[in-house]
Amino acid sequence: MTDVVTSPAGTKAAAALLEIDHLMVMFPVRAGTWGAVVGHVHAVDDVTLTLAEGETLGLVGESGCGKTTLARTLVRLTEPTGGTIRFRGEDLTAKRNKDLRSFRRYVQMVFQDPQASLNPRKRISQIVGAGIRLRGTSKGMKARREVEELLARVGLDPDHAQRYPHEFSGGQRQRIGIARALAADPKLVILDEPVSALDVSIQAQIVNLLDDLQDEFGLSYVFVAHDLSVVRHVSDRIAVMYLGKIVELSSSDELYAQPMHPYTASLLDAIPIPDPDRRRDRRRLVGELPSATNPPPGCRFHTRCPWATDLCTEVEPPLAEFANGHEVACHHPLNVGRTQLSEAIRSESSPRSSGAELTLSPAEAHRVEIDEAQGKDETP
Amino acid sequence: MPDMKTPLADKPESPSVASQPGLSPVEREFTVKEKSQWQQAARRFLRHRIAMVSLVLLLLLMLFAFVGPHFWQFRYDDVSGNDTSQAPSLKHPFGTDNLGTDSLATVMRGAQQSLKIAFSIALLAVIVGSIWGVVSGYFLGFVDSVLMRLADLLLTIPALALAGALAHNTSGSWWVIALVLGGLSTPYVARVVRGVVLSLREREFIEAARALGASNTRIMFRHLIPNCLAVVIVNATLLVAAGILGETALSFLGLGVRAPDTSLGLLVSGAQGAVDTRPWLFYFPGIFIILIALTVNFIGDGLRDALDPRQTRQRR
Repeated sequence: MTDVVTSPAGTKAAAALLEIDHLMVMFPVRAGTWGAVVGHVHAVDDVTLTLAEGETLGLVGESGCGKTTLARTLVRLTEPTGGTIRFRGEDLTAKRNKDLRSFRRYVQMVFQDPQASLNPRKRISQIVGAGIRLRGTSKGMKARREVEELLARVGLDPDHAQRYPHEFSGGQRQRIGIARALAADPKLVILDEPVSALDVSIQAQIVNLLDDLQDEFGLSYVFVAHDLSVVRHVSDRIAVMYLGKIVELSSSDELYAQPMHPYTASLLDAIPIPDPDRRRDRRRLVGELPSATNPPPGCRFHTRCPWATDLCTEVEPPLAEFANGHEVACHHPLNVGRTQLSEAIRSESSPRSSGAELTLSPAEAHRVEIDEAQGKDETP
Repeated sequence: MPDMKTPLADKPESPSVASQPGLSPVEREFTVKEKSQWQQAARRFLRHRIAMVSLVLLLLLMLFAFVGPHFWQFRYDDVSGNDTSQAPSLKHPFGTDNLGTDSLATVMRGAQQSLKIAFSIALLAVIVGSIWGVVSGYFLGFVDSVLMRLADLLLTIPALALAGALAHNTSGSWWVIALVLGGLSTPYVARVVRGVVLSLREREFIEAARALGASNTRIMFRHLIPNCLAVVIVNATLLVAAGILGETALSFLGLGVRAPDTSLGLLVSGAQGAVDTRPWLFYFPGIFIILIALTVNFIGDGLRDALDPRQTRQRR
């Protein structure tokens, strides 16, 4: 890896802020009296991503796909098993806990559950003040004034600094969580499903707040969500994860307009449209998410993919990079023409275990058959 | 950033202070003077009527036990042989025993020893047990296994027998009894605290603290233990009551505090045979045992409510 990494999607020409290189996170599965390791949960399996300064990367996937683990590993709440994470060229994975402290102020996290992420026995001023203490520049009255400024900035009354978390509503609590993260004056904020515990009207407020703060403080975001409709509005690029692997990565507009991976396509189909009269063909995902302890060989999605071929069960597809920076890990990508296919190259970020050569062929032939079969089923 | 004019963003809203519910000027008028955490806790405690009554009673009891002997004309070890087995009177408000020792003096001395033992047991068990439990529950793995097996081991030791044996060899000093009973009660507190910590450590605020660079020590002592306060206080009050009773049991077996020194337990067991003939010897120390156990429990109740910032209800 060189220090200069070009952003694959080409949305921002800025230098890479964060480089994730072949990151692995595996959890041992223990069994029996002596706790012998009988297997590993492949939570994050060989993920390579870069994030440019000021960029927002959306990270989506269903429950258990490893997106939260990836997010937690970025702030070292979970220890990586392999691979490296670089922040501004500095290798974080090599750092011990003590050395990490100086870096922590640059990478902060906003948690999913605003109720659980605030200590019920601490005042708001203490909670937000923890971030300021980490930065270590302001003390006493100055720190206190900064807390109040931050509270005002995230839309809370500074006079409420002496209140306890239980005295606030869910949306207000999430604002406190955001203020705490911002107090350390970070460059990168990991947002672990920051709005999924909130109700829809509040979600919009928080998303807009995050957007405003990004411009004001020059932040980069990694926005984890299982909800594609939320992530679309905030992300410059979106990475779709399935069973610990990145299956598709592209600019967000492109992803919605032209999903190439069958998994992405079915996720997009699952977005509800608030119009009772509108009917559409949905490609529903069938079956369960396979066990991450014993992931299927070849393409991990082949057990649920309607277009899977023998090739899919044998060879893990490498990430194919298309001319516009769109990357997809599929042997038979959708919504793509033959010329585009022929121009695709094997991406540098492909997992090490994936096939060495690109073996792309269109899935259109299968698609017609499937659509016909579904059409028959659905006529009463 | 992508265009934000989307269905999600359509709702008229802005994250400004003005749009926040509950921040209207009307609400502001109710803003009370800022109080520190301790001031608030103290206020809540003072409003807790039963706890306050109990606190006053317990303080009076302590005055009676620790200061009283200095002002009373008789001593607990005075075996003059005069006025034997007298019923309560003005001269001997609690009566006398068969050796002529004034019962008020012995009850004062007994309460003093019992309070010292009971509070020492509770204090020791709570402090050591909390640290033990939080370390075990926070670090898990090998540390947890070792600490918890040690707890199991200690729990198998019959406390009374060990305390008795040790007290026997050290001429029944109160602190030996306190040390042994306290030490053997520690695993109970440790196990309870560990259980609470196990659920707390998975909460996101602990992770948030870690993400903000908090050290393990800071997380354990500033985040975990304060959130265990409720259980710890309840346990402490139970331990005070249990301590009184444990000391009583030891003394009843003749292994606790020994004559000429005395304790409430020793007095009650000594007066067993005299319940019918000289009931004052049995009931006065008995009432004190009950009073101490009850008041301590009520105070613990009040403390638990007062120290919980979520508690808004003020009991009267």
